[in-house]
Amino acid sequence: MSDKKVDQETGVETTGHSWDGIEELNNPLPRWWLWTLYATIIWGVGYTIAYPAWPMISGATAGVLGYSTRGEVVQDIIDHDAKNSALVADLLETDIATLAPGDDLHRYAVARGGSVFRAQCSQCHGSGAAGAKGYPNLLDDAWLWGGDVENIAYSVRHGIRNLTDLDARYSEMPAFDELLEDAEIDAVVEYVVSLSAPEFDADIAAEGAVIYADNCSACHGENAMGDRELGAPNLSDAIWLYGGDRATLETTVRQARFGVMPAWGQRLSEEDVRAVSVYVHSLGGGE
Amino acid sequence: MTNPSLYAPREPIFPRRVSGFFRRLKWWIMGVTLAIYYLTPFIRWDRGPNLPDQAVLIDLASRRFYFFWIEIWPHEFYFVAGLLIMAGLGLFLFTSALGRVWCGYTCPQTVWTDLFILVERWIEGDRNARVRLHHAPWSFRKWRLRLTKWVVWLLIAVATGGAWVFYFTDAPQLARDLVSLNAAPVAYITIAILTLTTFVFGGFMREQVCIYMCPWPRIQAAMMDPDTITVAYREWRGEPRGKGNVRKRDRVAAEQAAKEAQAAGPGQARYAPTPYPNPKLQIGGAPQAEAATNEHGDCIDCMACVNVCPMGIDIRDGQQMECITCALCIDACDDVMDKIGKPRGLIDYMALSDEPAERAGGAPKPIWRHVLRPRTIVYTALWSCIGLALLYGLFIRSDIELTVSPQRNPTYVVQSDGSIRNIYDIRLRNKQGEARQFHLSLTSDALLRIELEGRQGQLNVPVPADTTVLQRVYVTARPQDAAATADRTDLRFWVEDLTTGDRAGRATTFNGRE
Ligand code: SF4
Ligand code: SF4
Repeated sequence: MSDKKVDQETGVETTGHSWDGIEELNNPLPRWWLWTLYATIIWGVGYTIAYPAWPMISGATAGVLGYSTRGEVVQDIIDHDAKNSALVADLLETDIATLAPGDDLHRYAVARGGSVFRAQCSQCHGSGAAGAKGYPNLLDDAWLWGGDVENIAYSVRHGIRNLTDLDARYSEMPAFDELLEDAEIDAVVEYVVSLSAPEFDADIAAEGAVIYADNCSACHGENAMGDRELGAPNLSDAIWLYGGDRATLETTVRQARFGVMPAWGQRLSEEDVRAVSVYVHSLGGGE
Repeated sequence: MTNPSLYAPREPIFPRRVSGFFRRLKWWIMGVTLAIYYLTPFIRWDRGPNLPDQAVLIDLASRRFYFFWIEIWPHEFYFVAGLLIMAGLGLFLFTSALGRVWCGYTCPQTVWTDLFILVERWIEGDRNARVRLHHAPWSFRKWRLRLTKWVVWLLIAVATGGAWVFYFTDAPQLARDLVSLNAAPVAYITIAILTLTTFVFGGFMREQVCIYMCPWPRIQAAMMDPDTITVAYREWRGEPRGKGNVRKRDRVAAEQAAKEAQAAGPGQARYAPTPYPNPKLQIGGAPQAEAATNEHGDCIDCMACVNVCPMGIDIRDGQQMECITCALCIDACDDVMDKIGKPRGLIDYMALSDEPAERAGGAPKPIWRHVLRPRTIVYTALWSCIGLALLYGLFIRSDIELTVSPQRNPTYVVQSDGSIRNIYDIRLRNKQGEARQFHLSLTSDALLRIELEGRQGQLNVPVPADTTVLQRVYVTARPQDAAATADRTDLRFWVEDLTTGDRAGRATTFNGRE
């Protein structure tokens, strides 16, 4: 500190820094300003004593007030559960099929079901419930097992083709690879294509119709409209769970499909099952 | 040289009373601004049943802002943003034209400080009495005067904080609740905080708020240029100052220089600068050191301008960041000039760019030549554009409104018959005081069918008074229609108020199967 720089004009010592020839005078701070600084330092020390602050090897100092954000979240959840307990009780008692959009209970069920859906169902059915190949689209009007609230709730509760719930919806399509000749399989595929696509070979399809009547109509129906009792899809509409092109259909016929859904009744609370069913029903495809 | 101390205690400032044009102007502005602040919440405005009758109301609970006949909903917050931008640009405009006028006349800190100083003067007397009291030991009298002053300050502070909360809820009701201790805790907390800040900032920190806490003076420097009209001292007219002779300080400096020159010995003659040369005397000739030391300018160094300054500065030292251009020093000096029979305006509102001309004996440029320059014109233009845009926005607003959010996850759904469905969430707003039936429809070049969720084939939606209703809408295109196969199709939703026939529309798109 031997070479102090002093500003000629004012006689005040400068900080020695110079920006484009402009130098900063080393004037004293206002006293109150300094006091404010000291006050914030004291506050800061007090704060780290009172609240969790210093990182340690595992976790951080707890703070004498015993506050934690996790504890706050837990308390928030308890508070919310308490606030919603009346609605939850209603949801458990009311017949969910009677809930109408706009009701408080319906709104609550949709909101609660939405969060259940995003946490549990979106992995397969997509965050917007549009499904994917092999995972049904829940927004459209095609329902393998029925699309009213009660049927949806049953599917959610017991699942489909799982081996954990005896009441699970169950049906199994035979793999026709062994049962039919290659030409027969080609013919029946052409027949199925003819049901919904504009271009097909009428002769082959006519052959296929016979094979269909013998082998497939028992489940999918004489008009190929499907059967909800068996979860047999409608083959004459525009919706294909695995795809409606010839190659995919051939694979389906040869190997059959076996989509499985877990029994959510074993994992979720009853109110969550009901809520998510109402939510799915409200997405636009519900019957 | 010793180390400078780390902190500097506040130098108390005891502004002297002053009278004159600008002081009167400031009293008027103070009266008007305080009246606006205190009375506005009590202006009533009949909006019919169920709506508040307060002309200016920020209703945070139901998220509405009422300003006389204008009602702003949260989604129209751009009006508030626009007004804030206009306020900012207005400040830029005034600063570039007239310097710190905002600070000097209308800034709340200035207004309340002025008020507090007024109280201080009533109770403790004018400058000299206050200086004496400040230095006097604590006696019964000093305690009495101080406590009286603080109590009055506190009352003003409470009234200041108290007025603020009236802007947020029905004022007469809140006034009753406040008195009967039934008001919401937040009201009392707000009042307490504003009371404290008013008391401390207006009573004890005063100019320190302007100098150290307010960022505006630092920014303002960038908005001013030599054409800006601001308070300045006509140095060429006033210097060298002195009561009939050169100031003592300058004489001592001159003697000191002469002594040093002597001490340096002959042959080492040093140039001894004449303190405060009077530039007037330089016109048309070489500086006349002899004459300069004896002649003096108009300033008699009476310190009147310094004593009245609420910022505690000497404007004769030139432009300073601390100066709030309140013009009290102008009033003070004009008074002195009148008394000694010299023309007014030794300290004056003027532009620095006029200085060379005035120094040479010429006339300043007319005011409008200073004010009208590209900078102020651009600010004015921007300000007016935003203002006109807001007015236009206000004019085209209707009492019914809709916003449309198309579902994008997924963009479309194939139905079993092959038709394509899009889902839209439409928010319908009824800004009127009565329930309405809104009829929804759509127009498009393509054939599209519209359905409302939960309304069984109906296209009417009842919307209660002053609320927003969220309605989910399904739009379907048959498989063979163009909209189903095209990538995107334009469409427009319409909402019609079945009572008044008012309509509002929103454009959006329909997503097909590519
Ligand atoms: S010098 Fe002081 S009194 Fe003069 S205008 Fe500036 S702040 Fe006001
Ligand atoms: S009031 Fe005028 S005359 Fe008196 S000191 Fe200030 S500038 Fe000089």
